Amino acid sequence: MTTYQAQGEAEFGDYVALLKPRVMSLVVFTAFVGLVVAPGGMHPLVAFCAVLFIAIGGGASGALNMWYDADIDAVMRRTRARPIPAGRVSGAEALGLGLALSGLSVMMLGLAANWFAAGFLAFTIFFYAVVYTMWLKRSTPQNIVIGGAAGAFPPMIGWACATGGISLESLLMFALIFFWTPPHFWALALFMKEDYHEAGVPMLTVTHGRDVTRRHIFAYTLVLAPFAIWLGLTPVGGPVYLGVAVALNALFIWRGWQVMRRSDAQSNADGHRAEKSFFKLSLYYLFAHFAALLVQHWVAA
Amino acid sequence: MALRTEHELHARRRSRNLGLLVVLIGFAALVFALSVVKVSTGGGAALEGYDHQVRPSLLPRDEGVEIAPSDDPVAAPGTPAADAGARAEP
Repeated sequence: MTTYQAQGEAEFGDYVALLKPRVMSLVVFTAFVGLVVAPGGMHPLVAFCAVLFIAIGGGASGALNMWYDADIDAVMRRTRARPIPAGRVSGAEALGLGLALSGLSVMMLGLAANWFAAGFLAFTIFFYAVVYTMWLKRSTPQNIVIGGAAGAFPPMIGWACATGGISLESLLMFALIFFWTPPHFWALALFMKEDYHEAGVPMLTVTHGRDVTRRHIFAYTLVLAPFAIWLGLTPVGGPVYLGVAVALNALFIWRGWQVMRRSDAQSNADGHRAEKSFFKLSLYYLFAHFAALLVQHWVAA
Repeated sequence: MALRTEHELHARRRSRNLGLLVVLIGFAALVFALSVVKVSTGGGAALEGYDHQVRPSLLPRDEGVEIAPSDDPVAAPGTPAADAGARAEP
């Protein structure tokens, strides 16, 4: 409207957007489930604070990611409207917010829960902001495979808040998200290819071609299934979780098979229908597994 | 009158200020509530430490020191142990 409107007069929502609220919702949910199903009770307020500060730590790493990736975000259509490329928030502000919230969330998680969980959160922020964003994302097509670990840590942190340590159950919750991430993002890359091309991010679709990506998606659905089932055989699992896991993994493998069997010509002809529905299924897949853990916990109690 | 006209920019600034106000009040309330919970669920030590005095009952035990009942206990005069024959003077 006016010339000086663009000069970084941000509203509150722009700072909230820096924390990637949609990613945060996944962090909140998985950390909450990890915390609730862990043995040993926590005071509800302490549990609430723990999940809140894990979420803020995740948001802080999102702000650091947006600070570093502003150049990529400005090129990709999906991310062009983010606060920094849109000019509403300066890069330095995002960096400051990210660093301040990182320190605050780690300190408060240590005070609210325990210092093992706080150290774990600090490592997760480091892993996402430095290992994934600064190092792997631009250098290797395996970027999301290894970077996916950052998204897989929250349930382990939640578990660590309640128990002060790591166990087989928390490692299997990690594996569930870790092996789920690649097929999830590669399906997205299959129907958003132009964006990654333009930004020069080495997605598997760009470096090794789309047919290789289809085969990788199917392969990961096969790797993922045993870990999902194994989690059901641990003390946090049970008939409810196992029923959900068996049904969803069979469906996931079947849909992954369909994605692999398609050619690009078929995919373009129907507007990437199978790829989009696989992507949607992957969202339900992860949500349903963690929801089933929660239900299983309440049923057993 | 032009000076009083509120620009859209002021609305953004207000949203920022109010947002920060809510966040700060919320944070202070949260820390207070957390303190209350921590003090009331922290076991005896948290409550007994109120007077800033050294309390032997709160000190950690020394490594390798066995604490056992004395072979030759001292009993206060008039107590059942003194009547049963324990020495009354240290």
